[in-house]
Amino acid sequence: MTTLIQLDHITRRFQVKRQQFIKAVDDVSFDVQEGEIVCLVGESGCGKTTTGKMIAGLLKPSGGQIFYRGQDITTLQGEAWEQYRLSVQLVHQDPYASLNPTHSVFDTLAAPLRRHKITVGEAATRAQARELLEMVDLTPATDFLDKYPHQLSGGQRQRVAVARALTVKPSFIIADEAVSMVDVSIRISLLNTLLRLKREMGLAVLFITHDLALAKYFAWEGRIGVMYLGRLVELAPARQLVEAPQHPYTQVLLSAIPEADPDVTRTKQHIQLRSMDVPSLLRLPSGCAFHPRCPCFEGETCEQVVPPLAFFRDGSAVACHPVQRERKLDRVAEPTRAD
Amino acid sequence: MNQLTNAAMSQRTGAPTLSVKGLTITYQAKRGSVQAVRNVSLEVQRGEALALIGESGSGKTTLGLGLVRLLPSTATVRQGELVYRRTVPGTNGGPGAVTEVDVLKLNGRELRQFRWKECAMVFQAALNAFNPVLRISDQFGDTARAHGYLQGKALTDRARHLFELVRLDPDRVWRSYPHELSGGMRQRVLIALGLLLEPQLLILDEPTTALDILTQRNIMDVLKELRQQLDFSLIFISHDLSLAAELADRVATMYAGKLVEISDVYTTFKNPVHPYTIGLINAVPTLTAHKDRVSSIPGSPPDLIDLPTGCKFHPRCPLADLRCRQEEPELVAVTGTDHWVACWNWQIARRQLSNGGKGGAA
Amino acid sequence: MTAMETTSTSRPSRESGLLRTLKLLARNKIGLLGLIIIILMTLMSFVGPLVIPPETQAHTEQIYKPPSAAHPLGTDFQGREMWKMAIHGGRDVLIVAFLAGILTTLVAVTVGAVSAFFGGWVDSLMMGITDIWLTIPRFLLLVVVATLVRLENIWMLALFLAFFGWPGLARQIRSQVLSLKKREYVEAAQLLDLGAPHIIFREMLPNMMSYIVIAMINAMTSAIYSQTGLVFLGVVPFGNNWGVMFSLAYAKNAIYNPNAAASLLVPMGAIILFQISLVMLSRSLEEIFNPRLRTGV
Repeated sequence: MTTLIQLDHITRRFQVKRQQFIKAVDDVSFDVQEGEIVCLVGESGCGKTTTGKMIAGLLKPSGGQIFYRGQDITTLQGEAWEQYRLSVQLVHQDPYASLNPTHSVFDTLAAPLRRHKITVGEAATRAQARELLEMVDLTPATDFLDKYPHQLSGGQRQRVAVARALTVKPSFIIADEAVSMVDVSIRISLLNTLLRLKREMGLAVLFITHDLALAKYFAWEGRIGVMYLGRLVELAPARQLVEAPQHPYTQVLLSAIPEADPDVTRTKQHIQLRSMDVPSLLRLPSGCAFHPRCPCFEGETCEQVVPPLAFFRDGSAVACHPVQRERKLDRVAEPTRAD
Repeated sequence: MNQLTNAAMSQRTGAPTLSVKGLTITYQAKRGSVQAVRNVSLEVQRGEALALIGESGSGKTTLGLGLVRLLPSTATVRQGELVYRRTVPGTNGGPGAVTEVDVLKLNGRELRQFRWKECAMVFQAALNAFNPVLRISDQFGDTARAHGYLQGKALTDRARHLFELVRLDPDRVWRSYPHELSGGMRQRVLIALGLLLEPQLLILDEPTTALDILTQRNIMDVLKELRQQLDFSLIFISHDLSLAAELADRVATMYAGKLVEISDVYTTFKNPVHPYTIGLINAVPTLTAHKDRVSSIPGSPPDLIDLPTGCKFHPRCPLADLRCRQEEPELVAVTGTDHWVACWNWQIARRQLSNGGKGGAA
Repeated sequence: MTAMETTSTSRPSRESGLLRTLKLLARNKIGLLGLIIIILMTLMSFVGPLVIPPETQAHTEQIYKPPSAAHPLGTDFQGREMWKMAIHGGRDVLIVAFLAGILTTLVAVTVGAVSAFFGGWVDSLMMGITDIWLTIPRFLLLVVVATLVRLENIWMLALFLAFFGWPGLARQIRSQVLSLKKREYVEAAQLLDLGAPHIIFREMLPNMMSYIVIAMINAMTSAIYSQTGLVFLGVVPFGNNWGVMFSLAYAKNAIYNPNAAASLLVPMGAIILFQISLVMLSRSLEEIFNPRLRTGV
């Protein structure tokens, strides 16, 4: 598999007050292979959405580099840049805000088709729009073409948003909490559509979510990355991460999640945190950002040294001092950029 | 295996705190009349926690608002009875007097006394329910004063006690402004405010939506502790099945304005018999579930203005037959239990629709 | 209680925003009344003169006749019938109002939208110019310019009024666009590289139509005020419209003569009636176009 996107020590700062900056994303590195599924999970403020937006080209990184098919995207000019922008598309969270209320479904799909001359002529455009709607399981397509967003349900709107993203034949789709505001019974159906599209079109998908159970389902064959206060703290194959989490934060999260099964959820042991203080990007703890709350806290190292993301032989990566010490022998070098 | 709480153990003994009978609520929209709640009947026992589960268009929020009579002006209660009972403990531990009142018949002044004293509600996205220019202490003071409750030191003491129960640091929270508190903290303050006047019934509308995982966990633990320490019944409205699995004694599933299934929580998750409930539970993956055990319900919720004939779920139901298309089923008891379902084909549903599920199959 | 998911399976709505607007308007009595009056006065001012010959001669025998059956709205200082004068006097005023309104709105929307969309130095530059413009007392500037430059006809007057009227509007449009810029469908359009002109004019503007229409109506009322004021000061020397009628009547000391009341009240009334109708229409449009309702009839 070739590497589609590589993030190399990406950082993004925002200015909040005159002299005050926050690092929404801090030294994050990971890659996405062609046709691969990666989930980014974490709580609010962890930087997962900001990371997604930087990959999509909506925000510029304050530091680090992003590589697309081996090329630094800041070096891309003209047509190459345009090709990059179109090959990475994003599906938003809110189905009620992601479609222009004054445009019909056809208008919404036709705009990019016409603009980039993907189809020429009204008939061809309409046919392609129909085909796109069928690809996202909005059938019969002709019924939907002339509808306006307010006539569609949340799930249907999200499908239109996905169809819109597909108009420009992307190779990478970023789904930013794309099912969080959709009815529970329809979420799986929408994710299944995305999975089918991935299989049929070789799409890579970055699924940003706070729901670990959904992440495990969606990234069954892929990987999950856990972010905390702007940093990537664990990255591993999905099932491995959920069944054998290594980073204390991941363990705490998994133990805290309520599950839709009373036997399981009422007997679950919840890992207690050291402190109930809510973390904030404005008062980022020194060293490991999780140390004030970490049940595995070890002392000075955790307090003073930021743990790097260490890669291990089984394909997992963890940014935690105690874990790295224990698994010293398993450690492998950071995978280099595939050129 | 069934870990029923004390409250659930004593269920069906004594008069239920809340009896809803045949409640029907409609909204007036431009296109027509929205049948938001259709002939809903249910009971909440003393100290019980009932989860009202449903998706968009199920009518659960309307039902919740209807229970406290806080419906918007476009809504009308077409029919129904909403009987609320308060049991005053008798002398020497004997049975006490029971006062009954039909909430729908209360007038303005009586309604104001009912609200908050007998029944309190914490709204959806209530994180913005605070007045940003008032301190928390002021908001508590205003509420107490409006209901002729404790003042001054007595109030502060009571509030501090409640804060401790919801795991808030009283010193930190009492004099602060809402914006100084995090989302999770504000939610806990609202729960404390709801319990201020010692209501018998607390209604929570989507209490954990929009909160982070760890904050959610905190709120759930807080609610569990509160139920052990204080004596109140709880109704919580949510689309989140895991919340029901965690907290509820009984679960009621709503679809298109109607109750389609109601039973105790273990039965709901292990032995559901309504195709919608089954579909819903199959659609929510757990961390331990295998991906092949997860499936989706095809189609979309119906248009509440233009409902289909017969059973409203039939367009999406794999078991739908002629009768389902023509006649709407009413709630019937699954033989010999306190498990009620509104489906013509409930007996075969479990067998046919089970794809292994999450618990033991029948 | 906004998440009332009702999926409507009604016929696809290809109605334009305008048709929907008119439908909504029909339900609002005040707005409808305003619209009707505007239409009637427009017809009167443009079709009327084709039917009724203008009063060109003085009829000295009927100077300052009060309103009666023979002289429905009385006569002026030259004995001319007020009602005929009123019909002919509207054309200039209305043309300037519509023209200035449209021009002002066009310039303001373009400047405001471009400025808000591109941000950065473009925004700073354009808003800097706008702000300087805004600090100058507009009417005084108008008067000064009008005395220096001969405003020969209504087209030039309209042009001038637009020239001086757009800054205030531009700022308002800019803030609207700034808020729309954050909408997710705008971000989606950026991701699809649809281009700035498309995003501004096809994505954002249709969502601001109501706002723009109201802004245009305000520009019209403003133009009428300015025009009347200029005429009254004698700075605009042409035509025989309502403003001129009023001005002349005043100059002829009509206020001192009870019989001459009509010559003052008729033009004044006409202007006021038109203004009020515009205001009624714009206020109702504001009510109607509350975003809550904009999501569908």
